[in-house]
Amino acid sequence: MKLLTHNMLTSHVKGVTKGYPLLIKATEVKVSEVEFNPQFVSRMIPKLEWSALVQAAEEVGHLNDLPTELLPDYENNEEFLRKVHRVLLEVEVLEGSLRCPESGREFPISRGIPNMLLNEDEA
Amino acid sequence: MKLKELQSCLQQVDVFEEPKVLLEQYPTSAHIAACMLYTIHNTFDDIENKLVADLGCGCGVLSIGSAVLNAGLCVGFDIDQDALDIFRRNSEEFELTNIDMVQCDICSLRAFQKKFDTVIMNPPFGTKHNKGIDMQFLKTALSMARSSVYSLHKTSTREHIQKKANDWKVKMDVIAELRYDLPASYKFHKKKSVNYFDLKLCIMFCYYKQQCKEGCSVCRSEKNVL
Repeated sequence: MKLLTHNMLTSHVKGVTKGYPLLIKATEVKVSEVEFNPQFVSRMIPKLEWSALVQAAEEVGHLNDLPTELLPDYENNEEFLRKVHRVLLEVEVLEGSLRCPESGREFPISRGIPNMLLNEDEA
Repeated sequence: MKLKELQSCLQQVDVFEEPKVLLEQYPTSAHIAACMLYTIHNTFDDIENKLVADLGCGCGVLSIGSAVLNAGLCVGFDIDQDALDIFRRNSEEFELTNIDMVQCDICSLRAFQKKFDTVIMNPPFGTKHNKGIDMQFLKTALSMARSSVYSLHKTSTREHIQKKANDWKVKMDVIAELRYDLPASYKFHKKKSVNYFDLKLCIMFCYYKQQCKEGCSVCRSEKNVL
């Protein structure tokens, strides 16, 4: 599970109104090399919940020097875009779980895939 | 990349080992997948550098194709663990790094509102005690997409989909009519003028043969009904 995907995920357990962001507990994390595409990263930034991304990066131990607030004029800042690229696309949670911040319900992540299936009584 | 190259490439994608009939699991053929993706990429420019979702991804042929065509990231969604395992194996074999996967039930998915640029899918048709599932997939897809939804449906549902598109106030375009039994006769429409500000729903329709006699080599799966 990449952090770009995590940034868009919410818990939809019945009755939950604040199911975001899902709290990551990672037991295995992988960093791989993904081709850097500055236009793509730049376009994704406005769609992100920045604080949730920072929190997620920290939870998986890859915050490094990612700024806690968005830099102005980031479109032209290649160094910044590379840092964002790394966190969004290169860091992957392979094993662990995602916890709904409101209900506490845990969604397992196994071999890189989060399982968001709900039981009948939760849907 | 030429259409033929894309098709050859997608022929390498492993398919379901034990397809689950009730989930309507069948692979999108490399030919259909290549035609779909080639059109979406070359005519509409909705794959390269885009954030793409593949709903009901199964073993991932549409996602793999999107990734090969340089989607920024393609996220596949499916309910079935076994299918996703095969998808993951496929993406590793292709050494693709711009792919991600989520296991979930599309029909009860509430997240991802307007997060994706493009949604591409070959949804279940609703022939296995799951009537209406194709519409649910469409509805979810439209809520997730910022720009375009490309989906494959049975020709017999054309009017119904048009009506739903009107209800949902979405512009629907039929961009191809495919015949399963005659792969050579795909008819892809010329590029329509595209309005980049509206959400567009692009449907590809597919004729299905009537149920044949048992043992017919062409109709192997149970879903070949009109």
